[in-house]
Amino acid sequence: MTNWLEDPIRWIAEWLYSVLVGWGILPSVADVILMITGAAILSTLALLWVLFLIWFERKLIGRIQDRFGPNRVGPWGIFQSVADMIKIFTKEYITPQGADKVLYNLAPVLAVASVLLIWAVLPFTRSIMGVNLNVGVVYIVAVGGGGVLAILMAGYASNNKYAFLGASRAVAQLISYEVPMVISLLVPVLLAGSMGLNDIVQAQSVPYLVMAPVAALVFFITSMAETGRAPFDLVEAESELVAGYNTEYSGLKFGMFFVGEFLHSFTAALLFAVLFLGGWRGPFVDQVPLLGLVYLFIKTMVIYFLIILVRASVPRFRIDQMMDLNWKVLTPLSILSFLVTAVIAKVLEGQFLFQVLGLLAGNVILLVLFMEWGERRNKRNRRPMVSQPRPLATPASDETSMAQS
Amino acid sequence: MSAFQIVFLLIALLTLFSALMVVFARKTIHSAFWLILALFGVAATFATLAASFFVVIQVAVYIGAIAILIIFTVMLTRRSMEESGDQLLPGWGWAALVVLIVFGGLVFMLLQWQGIFQPPQVLTAGGENLENLGMALVMPDRYVIPFEVASVLLVAAMIGAIYVAGDHKKRS
Repeated sequence: MTNWLEDPIRWIAEWLYSVLVGWGILPSVADVILMITGAAILSTLALLWVLFLIWFERKLIGRIQDRFGPNRVGPWGIFQSVADMIKIFTKEYITPQGADKVLYNLAPVLAVASVLLIWAVLPFTRSIMGVNLNVGVVYIVAVGGGGVLAILMAGYASNNKYAFLGASRAVAQLISYEVPMVISLLVPVLLAGSMGLNDIVQAQSVPYLVMAPVAALVFFITSMAETGRAPFDLVEAESELVAGYNTEYSGLKFGMFFVGEFLHSFTAALLFAVLFLGGWRGPFVDQVPLLGLVYLFIKTMVIYFLIILVRASVPRFRIDQMMDLNWKVLTPLSILSFLVTAVIAKVLEGQFLFQVLGLLAGNVILLVLFMEWGERRNKRNRRPMVSQPRPLATPASDETSMAQS
Repeated sequence: MSAFQIVFLLIALLTLFSALMVVFARKTIHSAFWLILALFGVAATFATLAASFFVVIQVAVYIGAIAILIIFTVMLTRRSMEESGDQLLPGWGWAALVVLIVFGGLVFMLLQWQGIFQPPQVLTAGGENLENLGMALVMPDRYVIPFEVASVLLVAAMIGAIYVAGDHKKRS
């Protein structure tokens, strides 16, 4: 029996296990029951947590835009999301004519599931986690494919042009941004020498934000794009696409897409905290492991705050700008940072302090050079105007007609 | 029959059924989604063998990339891909013959192998040694040539795709 103060979750699990075995249930069956209970509790808590996140985000964006935000239901409007949730439960489901029924109903489920599956491998404290999968990082990438699939399903099955256009756009965006994200994920894997998330946390005696700031920056931007929020929310650009892939969804089915999106951006912040900020590490965490949970959530909330701040202050990208940012900036930057990290980490292997300082210096130099190069390139080839301004009365010369054709 | 065998049979049935549905579905997009389920079944089989790396790679590569590519092509040709006529082609008997011969050959080959009658070995912790796999891929006397050939093929495909998608009007 472990001490209950040290590790309450495991203590409860062991107690439940002994109770179940005491009732005469086979040990292997008791194991399965415990696993299912744990999964159910974790995913329910995650979904309930979204209620708070929605209120938090609305309130914060309200303050940024000089409004009050929700302030009617409960103190500071904190129960607003609960009221919204009850409202959305009671709404009617509408299935459009010509929709592909099975796929249409499967899509919202898959959208939420693909986000919740990530939570299975996140280490909340030293010992509280679903599984310590030794290929955790690849698992996260693989599970992300489910979200893409859900959007595709929703767009196809709705039998609506705008939903379909939105889905095509979303998938193009998600698949493109997966490339720099995966490369930037390689950097912590390289430094920790493991793909398991808990091993990566344990290896961070110095947070990887210090050792690999460029990879952290790329991961931050790409994970924001993966969640499809502003400034990357052209998936649901209202003026062009109505509401994107979820145009035809109503009631709780729309609610699931909505919850999935909020949970996804929180999960992205959680992943950033785990991979680059040292997860549950912090002072006194060896004596009281439960403190790790507090540290992890503080770090996550800081990152989540940043994500909302970016959402509230940056305008939406145009599609060519978004693709430019991905393929011409983030992808080469992530490849370069991977190369620089690999070389420096190998050359300075053994002397830990020099390794950290060398990596930091290398990354900063890389970033400065890269930005300088980008600046020069921008000056050299300015974006051409769509058509030259010309007086109305004169006939078009050869040059302008060429430009227009 | 142990629980392990029951799980294996269920997964195998699911995989085979969805593989059949890939062929029999009338809409091509349904075939693509059934294909995803079939590939998922293969991943689940890997999971029962405790080969977590292969599970994850199977999902990432086949479901995350190839299936999405297929669905993209299918979706962009939506109306023309709906089949309404007879699903059997005239020469289906010959195809069935070839399939039977290949299947019989595979079963025969597998029966020659002793390992098929033994229960799978339980892997010890760390028994799935990824380092060996990584080393084998870059060792000259192992798989370095197939590995490099595959990389060259992928790069060629990528360059070809960029060329096809590129804007040729500017040059002419």
